Amino acid sequence: MTLLAMPFEVLPAAASATSGAVDLVVFLVFAVIGLVSLGVLLAMVVLVVRNRRRPGNLTGRGHDPATIWKTELGWCALTAVVFLCLFTLGAVTFDRIERVPTGPDVLDVAVTAKRWMWSFQHPSGRRELSQLHVPAGRVVRLHLSSEDVIHSFYVPAFRLKQDVVPGWLRTAWFRATAPGTYALACAEYCGTEHALMRADVVVMEPHVYDHWLAQGDDPRPPLAAAGRALFQKLDCGACHETRLRRRAPPLEGLYGRPVTLRDGSSVLADDDYLRRSILRPDADIVADYQGGVMPTYAGLVDDDELLLLVAYIRSLADAEGVSP
Amino acid sequence: MKSWLTTTDHKRIALLYLGTMTLFFTLGGLLATVIRVELATAASDLVTAETYNRLFTLHGVIMVFFFLIPSIPTFLGNYLLPLMLGAPDLAFPRLNLASWYVFVAGGLLTLTAMIAGGLDTGWTFYTPYSTTFSDSHVVLAVLGVFLAGLSSVFTGINFIVTTHRLRAPGLTWMRLPLFVWSLYATSLILVLATPVLAMTLLLVAIERGLQIGIFDPEVGGSPLLFQHFFWFYSHPAVYIMILPGMGVISELIPCFSRNRPFGYEFVAASSLAIAVFGFLVWGHHMFVAGQSYFASVVFSFLSFAVAVPSGVKVFSWLGTMHRGSVWLTTPMIYALGFVALFTIGGGTGLALAMLAVDVHLHDTYFVVAHFHTIMVGGMLMAYLGGLHFWWPKISGRLYSERWGRIAAYILLIGFLLTFLPQFLLGTQGLPRRTASYPPEYQFLQGLSSAGATILAVGYVLPGIYLLASLVRGRPAGDNPWGATGLEWQTTSPPPPHNFAAPPVVTDDPYDYPRAPQPTAIGAGHV
Ligand code: HEM
Ligand SMILES: [Cu+2]
Repeated sequence: MTLLAMPFEVLPAAASATSGAVDLVVFLVFAVIGLVSLGVLLAMVVLVVRNRRRPGNLTGRGHDPATIWKTELGWCALTAVVFLCLFTLGAVTFDRIERVPTGPDVLDVAVTAKRWMWSFQHPSGRRELSQLHVPAGRVVRLHLSSEDVIHSFYVPAFRLKQDVVPGWLRTAWFRATAPGTYALACAEYCGTEHALMRADVVVMEPHVYDHWLAQGDDPRPPLAAAGRALFQKLDCGACHETRLRRRAPPLEGLYGRPVTLRDGSSVLADDDYLRRSILRPDADIVADYQGGVMPTYAGLVDDDELLLLVAYIRSLADAEGVSP
Repeated sequence: MKSWLTTTDHKRIALLYLGTMTLFFTLGGLLATVIRVELATAASDLVTAETYNRLFTLHGVIMVFFFLIPSIPTFLGNYLLPLMLGAPDLAFPRLNLASWYVFVAGGLLTLTAMIAGGLDTGWTFYTPYSTTFSDSHVVLAVLGVFLAGLSSVFTGINFIVTTHRLRAPGLTWMRLPLFVWSLYATSLILVLATPVLAMTLLLVAIERGLQIGIFDPEVGGSPLLFQHFFWFYSHPAVYIMILPGMGVISELIPCFSRNRPFGYEFVAASSLAIAVFGFLVWGHHMFVAGQSYFASVVFSFLSFAVAVPSGVKVFSWLGTMHRGSVWLTTPMIYALGFVALFTIGGGTGLALAMLAVDVHLHDTYFVVAHFHTIMVGGMLMAYLGGLHFWWPKISGRLYSERWGRIAAYILLIGFLLTFLPQFLLGTQGLPRRTASYPPEYQFLQGLSSAGATILAVGYVLPGIYLLASLVRGRPAGDNPWGATGLEWQTTSPPPPHNFAAPPVVTDDPYDYPRAPQPTAIGAGHV
């Protein structure tokens, strides 16, 4: 039995808060596909056997046009209803797995993809390569960037996939449910060693995780603190600090909130918005402020430094900031 | 020789295409063989990862652009469209020949790229890998594909004009064979979508040379823009591949059920609906690429909408067999194989169109299995079914029906064994395009490689007995299957201008109850 079960296990064991919901949808749609395919197969066998060419059945007997219209339209309606149900199910579940949770307990991890490895930075400043340690039961929010081509962050056990596109900062999340080691693979073809661009996600009991965290002898300061130091070094505060609000918008409480722009539209202040605003300040001008005031920092800060600045601004968001 | 290379006879040009595409198919198949042998073991041992990436890229480029897209239109379509319309030739015979030359030129460029060192971007040419990071022959290959696209635009224009202008007296639109309807819908897509691909590929070449910042984020471009452009063509392109196949099946099933097609209007209209809706669903390739949530929902919805007309086809094929006299010949086995595999392939497409499901399955072997089920299982079955059905007309000879049936069953078994395991590899989370893989996937990969050897036998067999029939086959007669359709009213093979006297059409195209009985072997008994 185990011999049979092993190679034919359909989905990897579920290990995140959302995988159960996804699995349910997967099995449902597979059941529909299976039923329909079997139905078609059965219909064909019956038709071939019953109507086979034989003396006395050398020509077809045609169809009544009224029947044709009725059944064709009925079939369209039937398929449309089934499809609508499937679509809704997929979209509703998608909404659930895409909406990034927030709260004081969220653990922010910066993920950098680079041919052909994954590196991670924890809020404490600790870095790791090809291994990501996280506690079970806590929401982990990933901030993904790529240094070269498109990669894709894929953890099958979490049913989680998010492309990592150079020039963008993407957000994804998971909440692991059970301690263990799970495979992380790059799902988007990225060149020669694409197949080997794998890493482990090590999920630990919270107290083990705390222990692991304390053990780190990484001398680097926490991300947000490093970001703050950089913020000061670049003198961003000259305009963004509270007392000079008239020149530049304040950054406290910004992350995860909608921002109204001068043209009346509204954007969400997510990772990518922050990144864009630092590199191309005039791409989106906030309502009530002037364009052309802030210089671009493209070329002055590299990708790593950008992550630090974003981590700092994120740390300025108050606890109940809405999800990006 | 010279008379062939300067011919403007649509039948000869069709055969030129057949020869060229058979070569490409063989090459693509050889590449696939090496891929499957490499994947039989988990490590990357037969070839290096670098070579592997070139193998699957060229396999994809050759199969998609030099076989699947042109296959049925330029061979069967070219051969049959004028015959089915009762016309002496296509509207623009010289344009037709030119399109073959352009196609060959495109093929030669791509082969040059291959010999010069290959291409490693995948058939999808995603940026910024293709524009900035790949050190393979992107520009050459892109130009080759560009030319292939140009040639299919020529063909599309030719088919559209021919269908409008050269129908025999009495051949009204609602009397057109369903194959003609599907070619017409295909031609519309060819003409409207291919220029977008051409433009995109040129931009890739320009970006590669000049770094002007269209797709490369380093200089202000957007990699997602490329994906939008690419799939705006390439999703409709999957219908370019499958619609003509559906058209073939819509000819085979009425003939071998001796029945009128069930719901002719529905089948014809569904071809057009698929062609139109097919333009609106490209974003389902980008659910996890970072397009907006709203866009993803809309694209998912529209992908389900396009499946309704596809469902109509399946329903109508089954309906045609209902109250029919079903004759299980070689072409009919292929047709039924097509219906089954198209159902599975389309169904798995629906799973992929479901947002939450696609997050898990995108870019895994599941996608590979999905589209191979439709393209190899469906489209190739239709191609072979059509080839066998019209072979007596084209060659004037009957092939060995017994070997035909054996080969068809071998192909079906080989297909299932090769691609069903890949669905499971995908659900288990194995990303596609990987030269090596963790050992737990070994068993299913091995199964798939084993299936591929059976599949290979299934492809070689028809090559043998069809060629043998040219020498030893019995003369076919004008209408061995007892089929309706104008192409069966002329000799086999037809004379240079097709009909001794221009035919006049007085009735609908599938009057099977009053069609002549078949004269081919086995016609009397079952
Ligand atoms: C009912 C109809 C269909 C639906 C709903 C459907 C849906 C999809 C979806 C959602 C994807 C994207 C999967 C992903 O990348 O995650 C996909 C991929 C694909 N489909 Fe379909 N599909 C259908 C029919 C077809 C047909 C008729 C063909 C070909 C003749 C086809 C060929 C492909 C190809 C080539 C890809 C993958 C391209 C690549 O990434 O290399 N599909 N399909
Ligand atoms: Cu598509």
